[in-house]
Amino acid sequence: MNAINKLGLKQRYALLTNGLDWEPSYQPKSAIFPYAEFEGIKIRDWSKWEDPFRLTMDSYWKYQAEKERKLYAVLDSFAQNNGQTGLSNARYVNAAKLFLTGITPAEYQAHRGFAHVGRHIPGVGPRIAAQMQSLDELRHAQTQIHTLSHYNRFFDGFHEFSHMHDRVWYLSVPKSFFDDARTAGPFEYFIAIGFAFEYVLTNLLFVPFMSGAAYNGDLATVTFGFSAQSDESRHMTLGIEVIKFLLEQHPDNLPIVQKWVDKWFWRGHRVLGLVAMMMDYMLPKKIMSWREAWDIYFTQAGGALFADLARYGLRPPKYADVATAEAEHLSHQNWSVFYQYTQAAAFHTWLPTPGEMDWLSEKYPNSFDQHYRPRFEMWAEMERDGKRFYNNALPQLCTVCQIPMAYTEPGDPTTICFRHSEHKGDRYHFCSDGCKDIFDGEPEKYSQSWLPVHQIFQGNCGGASMEEVLAWYRLNPGADNMDQAGSPDQAMWDQWMRMRDRVAG
Amino acid sequence: MSRTVSITLQNTDDARPIIEAITEDNPGATVHSYPGIVKIDREGSLTVHRASVETRLGRDWDPQEIHLSLVSMAGNLDEDDDYFRLAWAH
Ligand SMILES: [Fe+2]
Ligand SMILES: [Fe+2]
Ligand SMILES: [Zn+2]
Repeated sequence: MNAINKLGLKQRYALLTNGLDWEPSYQPKSAIFPYAEFEGIKIRDWSKWEDPFRLTMDSYWKYQAEKERKLYAVLDSFAQNNGQTGLSNARYVNAAKLFLTGITPAEYQAHRGFAHVGRHIPGVGPRIAAQMQSLDELRHAQTQIHTLSHYNRFFDGFHEFSHMHDRVWYLSVPKSFFDDARTAGPFEYFIAIGFAFEYVLTNLLFVPFMSGAAYNGDLATVTFGFSAQSDESRHMTLGIEVIKFLLEQHPDNLPIVQKWVDKWFWRGHRVLGLVAMMMDYMLPKKIMSWREAWDIYFTQAGGALFADLARYGLRPPKYADVATAEAEHLSHQNWSVFYQYTQAAAFHTWLPTPGEMDWLSEKYPNSFDQHYRPRFEMWAEMERDGKRFYNNALPQLCTVCQIPMAYTEPGDPTTICFRHSEHKGDRYHFCSDGCKDIFDGEPEKYSQSWLPVHQIFQGNCGGASMEEVLAWYRLNPGADNMDQAGSPDQAMWDQWMRMRDRVAG
Repeated sequence: MSRTVSITLQNTDDARPIIEAITEDNPGATVHSYPGIVKIDREGSLTVHRASVETRLGRDWDPQEIHLSLVSMAGNLDEDDDYFRLAWAH
């Protein structure tokens, strides 16, 4: 160990990665790495791979152990000091529910995906980096479950997160995203999750989310968030190194990689619509709008990235312009869907307050007052008249992203966007050109999608009534679902606040 | 076309000497503060020097310790025993 510490970082990295690999003698490489060729990716020389972090397994364990020690110290004192009572507002907890049911199981999926890639990529450098990432993602899943279990002691909607992830209609959006990535070949998985998700989009998920948690008094979530995020820089670096490596290795790789970048950018953009709505509608104290986050992390950071990758002939993802234009509408349209279907959601909903609507007008001067304020004001009036609006029809879903078909035409926010394709005599529906292109590229794959609404109609989800389906989700009606006002969560919070006022005297 | 490189660090005691070293050693860097984090942007490149962080900390500092404070970054990374650098090639 001492001798190794005296070596420079570069030598140490070489010895502890390439130096640990060996040439097989009694099995051909193609039998050991059976998935390395079918995607058409050509690699001339794996030894050209370098991990710029040059992190070796011994240092990896050292730093990860330190991160865990810090995290668990905070979690312990959060629980000991009843940190849940210091949240900005009981509404905030719903963002944590969406995180646990929608994102945490995806961390676990990322763990499994990287374990697979860490086994099946022929190069030793990326294999070791993928193994580290696999361990990181498992750590993320575990620390998130551990942290949020504290809220489960007090609030509804946390108790069946993993079961719900596999069954509930909107959770099929992130679930199918990772199912899709994990059933692809190892190189596509690397580009899908390592590059498109981790490099291009992960900041939009974690940075605003965790900064938002910090601003709303959720010390526990901030701490696991930043602890996980410290691994993300390594994941992002792996993602950018993979794409550069594939493009440098062989010119035939460019069209394959470009197609994956286009596909996974659009898939990721659709999943992040849940984050858009969380930022603009679910955080009681807001840090920045989705539009602002998109400008910083996609338009600016992504712009610099794709300008850098242009030297390999790679262009920015197809429909990036559409996604940027959608940033004006995304969160408003998504929150409207959840408001209408609050009876079938495992978190609570509400209408934005007049003060919040003013914030939205200021952040969305081109869209909010014209298209969304009137809708929310009308729904508020209906609530006052005792006619709260519920949508009781099951929505048509996009076959690819699995989101209800509620998005509007590019450039026309008053017309719903419908696209379709025919495949083997059946018609499939899509929310956008981006999703239609993905289907048309691999109809065999997406014609097998497990679509929650279709499954309900086929009788595979516990029964034909709302009650039976909710029971099959293990959703507790009257506690987990419906509006925040009147929920057991809110009643408990109000009581806590009354007790606090009484003590304060 | 933007050539902004960027590093985001936690706003903690451990990270503050790193943040200081970056702002001193990289003229023209802009610092944005958000709840819990600090994002530093600069055109073209940005370098964290080991020696500069060590002066502020008053102890040995391994550039890999940055893993404990890092939140996010943008740019191609180059890391060695004495520095941690982000840059765009274009
Ligand atoms: Fe993760
Ligand atoms: Fe990750
Ligand atoms: Zn879609």
